[in-house]
Amino acid sequence: MTEQNRITLVEAVNQALHYAMSKDENVVVLGEDVAVNGGVFRATVGLRERFGIKRVMDTPLAEALIAGVSIGMASQGLKPVAEIQFLGFIYAAMEQLVSHAARMRNRTRGRITCPMVVRVPFGGGIHAPEHHSESTEALFAHIPGLRVVIPSSPRRAYGLLLSAVENPDPIIFMEPKRIYRATKQAVPDDGKSLPLDTCFTLRQGTDVTLVSWGASILETMQAAKRLAERDISAEVIDVACIKPLDIDTILYSVKKTGRCVVIHEAARSFGVGAEIVAQLHEQAFFDLLAPVKRVTGYDVTMPYYQMEKHYIPTTERIISAVEQSMEQA
Amino acid sequence: MKRNPACAIEYVQYLNEKGELTQPIPKWAEQSNLLLRYYREMVMARHADQKAISLQRTGKLGTYPSILGQEAINVVIGSVLNKDDVFVPYYRDHTAMVMRGMKQADVYRYWGGDERGSANPDVGKDLPYCVPIATQVSHATGVAAAIKIRGEQRAVLCTCGDGATSKGDFLEAINLAGVWQLPVVFLINNNQWAISVPRTIQCGAPTLAQKGIGAGIPALQVDGNDVIALHEIVSEALQRARLHKGATVIEAISYRLGDHTTADDATRYRTNEELRDAWQREPIKRLQHYLHQRGDWDESKEQRLQAQAADQVQQAVDEYLQTPQQSINDLFLYHYEELPAGLAEQLSEADMANQLQEKAGQRG
Ligand SMILES: Cc1ncc(C[n+]2csc(CCOP(=O)(O)OP(=O)(O)O)c2C)c(N)n1
Ligand SMILES: [Mg+2]
Repeated sequence: MTEQNRITLVEAVNQALHYAMSKDENVVVLGEDVAVNGGVFRATVGLRERFGIKRVMDTPLAEALIAGVSIGMASQGLKPVAEIQFLGFIYAAMEQLVSHAARMRNRTRGRITCPMVVRVPFGGGIHAPEHHSESTEALFAHIPGLRVVIPSSPRRAYGLLLSAVENPDPIIFMEPKRIYRATKQAVPDDGKSLPLDTCFTLRQGTDVTLVSWGASILETMQAAKRLAERDISAEVIDVACIKPLDIDTILYSVKKTGRCVVIHEAARSFGVGAEIVAQLHEQAFFDLLAPVKRVTGYDVTMPYYQMEKHYIPTTERIISAVEQSMEQA
Repeated sequence: MKRNPACAIEYVQYLNEKGELTQPIPKWAEQSNLLLRYYREMVMARHADQKAISLQRTGKLGTYPSILGQEAINVVIGSVLNKDDVFVPYYRDHTAMVMRGMKQADVYRYWGGDERGSANPDVGKDLPYCVPIATQVSHATGVAAAIKIRGEQRAVLCTCGDGATSKGDFLEAINLAGVWQLPVVFLINNNQWAISVPRTIQCGAPTLAQKGIGAGIPALQVDGNDVIALHEIVSEALQRARLHKGATVIEAISYRLGDHTTADDATRYRTNEELRDAWQREPIKRLQHYLHQRGDWDESKEQRLQAQAADQVQQAVDEYLQTPQQSINDLFLYHYEELPAGLAEQLSEADMANQLQEKAGQRG
């Protein structure tokens, strides 16, 4: 592939949307500023020009509406891909997502389903204003009936978003905006989707398993590289599909390495990391050489951007946690 | 056929875009002092605003929403509220907030990613900036309920954008204000755009003010570029509120002359013609024309004011840029009245991580 074919994560999202809309006329896109403006991050650029205003819709400013309308559309067999502009603004839509999208299949015993995707940029590190930088994936992962997917590379963004659109259930597709344009990858526009029920092992290792997702994959991979210079061999797993969780891949790795550090940007307590640690405790307790550690955001409100560097897990913090883990046993 | 007369929406203007009176001037405006103050504050506002944009362009400020073209709304709010009234702003109210006691340096701090921008005690019980659209509107209704419950003679003024009126939060809040006859004024800054979404596809009704009618609240439109009309209408509504005569919805027709924020590029979605046209109606020029005509303003006064404004803004910038860094403690200390033990542990962890980082930085 030539340099021209290499695209960023946000371009991969755009490419997947183009592909999905061209293959299935039931796919529609809606949200604030998604049509004429192409999305504030340009994720939906070109869709309106190509697929028309009937399928690519600028909505009034109302997140509860966007979620509710998507549910209505989905109930009739459309496949809405809604954009919520920032995760910090999704909460008005929460009632619709929790009380309806997540439950429709179950409460009608499968008669009505919600094949919808809610795309939403999240996470810190782009010097954004207040409420534009939070990581609250745990809120959605906690809800039975919702799927939560977080890509961390252009290829996974493309493949996972295609799967998400095809999937018959409601999916919160969270896009780590700090790495929207961090790297480029060759992403063939071949319509190949990636499975929604597996983690992705990004690096093989034998001494410690580093488990992460989203933008923190960046620091996690850096940490693994730096650890390798010191002969510590770290395996890196990108969870990617947060819910349902593929614990088997993580278990397999941890049984091999005996050590595990979970890294996430979200606040520490009651989070997705806690769930992973609990499952490891339940299923790999006797294989562990050291307690599983977490390197996370603190249990504080996401600071405004001046101080966010003190909140977002750094490579140094990850390395230090691994060192502590290696010292034990 | 019967017609319900309550459905007509009045539009109020005194000073048209050429700076001519379109109806007899109100008594207060016959004198010059307040109009001159409005003029000065608007010029100051524009300087402070342009400075914020250049600070952002040079990496010294984060994403910033300009108030360009909306200075009249800002300065009238800043002036007609009494000290003991409560202002519930959204995020495009910088100068109104400064006139209420915030420092211009605090405005820069907030948009410069520093929580302390909202900490200045001089603003009393005014609420801070509100970024999640329309969520502040029910707070205003709640503040008004508190005032009513205590039988006080104070009023609340709440601002929001045209886009905000599409949210349930807005409709729910004005609904209750109508039912409970609360002392609150809802001022919609209809600047014609919600980022890239034009007013016409935000709402199918001809006015946004008429949403007030659905809530049983008197509602009207006012020229949002006309300080005289704004002053008349907003102070009258506030006075009604203070006297417990109920709420008002005011739709101020303005125009967002800048990009939505410094992160936006409005050329992607609006025409140059529309923008050029809107510049004809902006608030500062028309007041200047009018004051000139009255003999209250001249070129030398203008020059002095421009220099003064530049000076004052530069002082605010200097103050902002000299703000000392927050400490790690500040991330933790303000969540609860007392720091919980577990959080205290995380605080020491964060401190250690910081030292680690600094060491790594020195090595690196
Ligand atoms: C609940 C919510 N949704 C989305 C956003 C992102 N956003 C910020 S400003 C804006 C447009 C607001 O338009 P309007 O209410 O007209 O106010 P204006 O910015 O034009 O003054 C949007 C969509 C937000 N801040 N909050
Ligand atoms: Mg607007």
